[in-house]
Amino acid sequence: MNVGIRRVGLAVTALLLLLVGQLTYLQVVDAKTLSHHEGNGRDRLKDLRSPRGTIVSADNQILAISKPSGDEYHLQRDYPLGALTSAVVGYQSIVVGSTGLESTYSAVLSGRDQTGHSLRDRTIDFFRGTTTVGNLTTSLRVDAQLVAKNALADQKGSVVVLDPTTGEIIVMYSNPSFDPQPLAGHTAAKVQAAFDFLNNDPAKPSLARAYREIYPPGSTFKVVTTTAALDAFPDTVNRVFPSRSSLPIPLSDRPIGNFGGRTCGGDLETVFTNSCNTAFAQLGLDLGNLFPPAMQKFGIYERPPLDIAPGAVASAGPTADSFDQNKPRFALAGIGQGDVFTTPLQMALVAGGIANGGVIMRPHAGKEILDDEGKLLTRIKPTEWQRATTPETAAQLTDLMTKVVDRGTGTAARIPGISVAGKTGTAQTVEGAAPHAWFVAFAPAEAPRYAIAVLVENGGSQGGDATGGHLAAPIAKQVLQFLLGA
Amino acid sequence: MSPLARFRRTRELSLGALAVLVAAGGYVLLALSDAPSVPPRFWGFLAAIIGLFASAHVAVRRFAPKADATLLPIAAMLLGIGFITISRLDLDATKAEPAVGPAQSVWIAVGIAMFVLTLFVVRNVRTLARYRYTFLLLGVGALMLPLIPGLGAEINGARLWIRLGGLTFQPGELAKVLLVIFFAAYLVEKRELLSSGSRRLGRLYLPDPKHLGPLLLPWGVSILIMVQQKDLGSSLLFFAVFVAMLYIATLRSAYLLAGGALFVGAVAIAYQAFGHVQQRVSVWINPWADARGDGYQLTQSLFAFGSGGFAGRGIGLGNPDIIPVHSTDFIFAAIGEELGLLGTVAVLGCFLLLVGSAYRIAIQATRPFSQLFAAGLATILGIQAFVIVGGVTRVIPLTGVTLPFVSYGGSSLIANFIILALLLRISHESAVDAEAEAEGLARLAEIESAHA
Repeated sequence: MNVGIRRVGLAVTALLLLLVGQLTYLQVVDAKTLSHHEGNGRDRLKDLRSPRGTIVSADNQILAISKPSGDEYHLQRDYPLGALTSAVVGYQSIVVGSTGLESTYSAVLSGRDQTGHSLRDRTIDFFRGTTTVGNLTTSLRVDAQLVAKNALADQKGSVVVLDPTTGEIIVMYSNPSFDPQPLAGHTAAKVQAAFDFLNNDPAKPSLARAYREIYPPGSTFKVVTTTAALDAFPDTVNRVFPSRSSLPIPLSDRPIGNFGGRTCGGDLETVFTNSCNTAFAQLGLDLGNLFPPAMQKFGIYERPPLDIAPGAVASAGPTADSFDQNKPRFALAGIGQGDVFTTPLQMALVAGGIANGGVIMRPHAGKEILDDEGKLLTRIKPTEWQRATTPETAAQLTDLMTKVVDRGTGTAARIPGISVAGKTGTAQTVEGAAPHAWFVAFAPAEAPRYAIAVLVENGGSQGGDATGGHLAAPIAKQVLQFLLGA
Repeated sequence: MSPLARFRRTRELSLGALAVLVAAGGYVLLALSDAPSVPPRFWGFLAAIIGLFASAHVAVRRFAPKADATLLPIAAMLLGIGFITISRLDLDATKAEPAVGPAQSVWIAVGIAMFVLTLFVVRNVRTLARYRYTFLLLGVGALMLPLIPGLGAEINGARLWIRLGGLTFQPGELAKVLLVIFFAAYLVEKRELLSSGSRRLGRLYLPDPKHLGPLLLPWGVSILIMVQQKDLGSSLLFFAVFVAMLYIATLRSAYLLAGGALFVGAVAIAYQAFGHVQQRVSVWINPWADARGDGYQLTQSLFAFGSGGFAGRGIGLGNPDIIPVHSTDFIFAAIGEELGLLGTVAVLGCFLLLVGSAYRIAIQATRPFSQLFAAGLATILGIQAFVIVGGVTRVIPLTGVTLPFVSYGGSSLIANFIILALLLRISHESAVDAEAEAEGLARLAEIESAHA
């Protein structure tokens, strides 16, 4: 029997040694991944209990700060500007999960990430048992944010302004917004109640429309259509589009008409400045299967790598290589309808790409991380996200867009002394509902500093008569004028 | 006291002192994680653990003085680590996961009382073999108890408990021991018949079917546990122990193959028939697919191991309260977080030594029944540790069994203390037999030399 006992004993020993192997894998090889995994609550718990740096706006306003709380967590996060910046700053919550810059930059704010800290500080921390935290400066400007909020007034919608050369977010406001303070509380039941209350509000105040909701972009998308056409067929610049009031669409009994049933046609400049649907629907058909790849170059179909948790949603376009089955959808895509849905952020990135010679920079709101004495620890470097087109085509588009504001549909955005390049959009939504009013622009056209996208949902205060030119362009003008100091 | 007994008991005492030192050290560290000084109740704790170990040690001295010296100290070490971990989890007790430390200390005392009682009552392990069929009936009866309406209780989806007054008890834990007694006795009796073929089937010699029949009984019992009580872990443990004993008794690998085939068949059917089996398997294959739902327990366990890392976060300094069912099924994950790889490997090392000593007792045993019985008990301890640690570390699909001596749970502690007492009893008997034999041989040599 001893042989059998030895064999069984060896087998059981082997099984137990197998466990030692697996534990070595979990606790040494894979330990780092597991300990910082998103589903592992320990980092968040640690952050909640540890001192935390402040978040400051580009114009030196405090957006988030930790104050003594007197409870077991010792500190309570405070958001002095509340609803004005909540869609960017987010909140720190152990109950419903953190969002915004608070979540994305949690490691540096709590000092878990010590990149850039001097050896001297780390040594002092080590012996004192303290943690030197990082303070985050964002590119957001509170003063401009307030102008955007006031310009939107009580209309639902969104304003996004970014620096086209760096991708820094300067304004990002969506109306309605919400106060993050109750969500940062430490009493689970109260936090959950506040969270549920926000989520059950039919006006969706907790939805960051600027980067979490997609809308048909309407004629603002003609910037993408025109870029795609010029890149695919350079001859488009000399093309003359026939004058007509509607365009019959293959495989469809519903022709695409111009705005207000007008007759419209002519050269590219004329159809662009007057926003002729018939011409751009034709371009959508002419591009065919070349169209989706051109959209892809603008970043449609992809989630923009925004540094605001939980991140931006992807914009949508027609399925690649589906032209033969879907001709009408490609014609509609030419005028920013049909299968095309974009976030306001994405349209600001489209405008920014044209402004920046065809290169779209990665959108980000975090700018730099400083220590308590104001010494720079890390600068968040601008990086390229997409190459939408060539500098030549971008220059052509800039020219066309400047004319839209000079003498086309976007004259309401004219700023004395500064050339503004823009494009209006009035997007059909569901049957019977008022259209979304859009305006995308950048300025100054010759040396762009700001790219903007404005969206007002369902006609805003103007209802069914609303157009991008009448409703959205003036809002863009106010914000740009403020920023440019003109 | 004979020199062997003195040697072994002295060794047991000094190793036990080390185990007490570890438990006391753990208690101090735990207290310091919360407060700047050691609380006065530490001295009470120290007195209690010394008292508990001493009473077990004195019982061994009195009733089985020549028994193996390592088993009791290793069990004490595991018990100490488990109790410190449970006390640590109690710091973060909630309504859903209440403090169980006080209850565990009572169960430890009861377990040690049962240990002493077993040593006292079972003076000769062979008498157990005589009552094999009684133990069979008791064992099967104990397994069936939770199925009786009004008496049985379902906890966490498994119907393993009986409720008497305010106490819950898991009779299956005791049934393991009772059935191992029966198997050992039965297999020793029939091993000749089972290992040599009397009937020829093609190239195979098969034993008489009438001897094979009872062998299907354990298979039936393990299926019963799996189906009726939804307890995969016990089912697997039970069957593996039986097949191991059958193999030891007969050395015929055909039984291993047949046992494996039967178990795989039963598991395949269970997989088809029961949602909870499919769920366990799919979580095992990919716990990340539904990390907030079905995969929650396992992923939280893996996070705990990962966050613990090599050296652990320190007793009282981690967040093992996040891990679900942390005082029983997932206690090893809590150890992994706060004591790290050093701690988990130390615990597994204890199990290797414990199981290794138990197999050594089996090999040194002088009678076939004692050999097989000891090997069965050793296999229970080893496989049970493997099933639960393998489950929480994603080596095998997770099935809930307790980690012997470490997890919270009265039934489990009592059963494991009885196993410990029985192993010591066997060890003592073998030593007595060996000494007697040596003495006999010496006398024989004396007589022979006198005659020469």
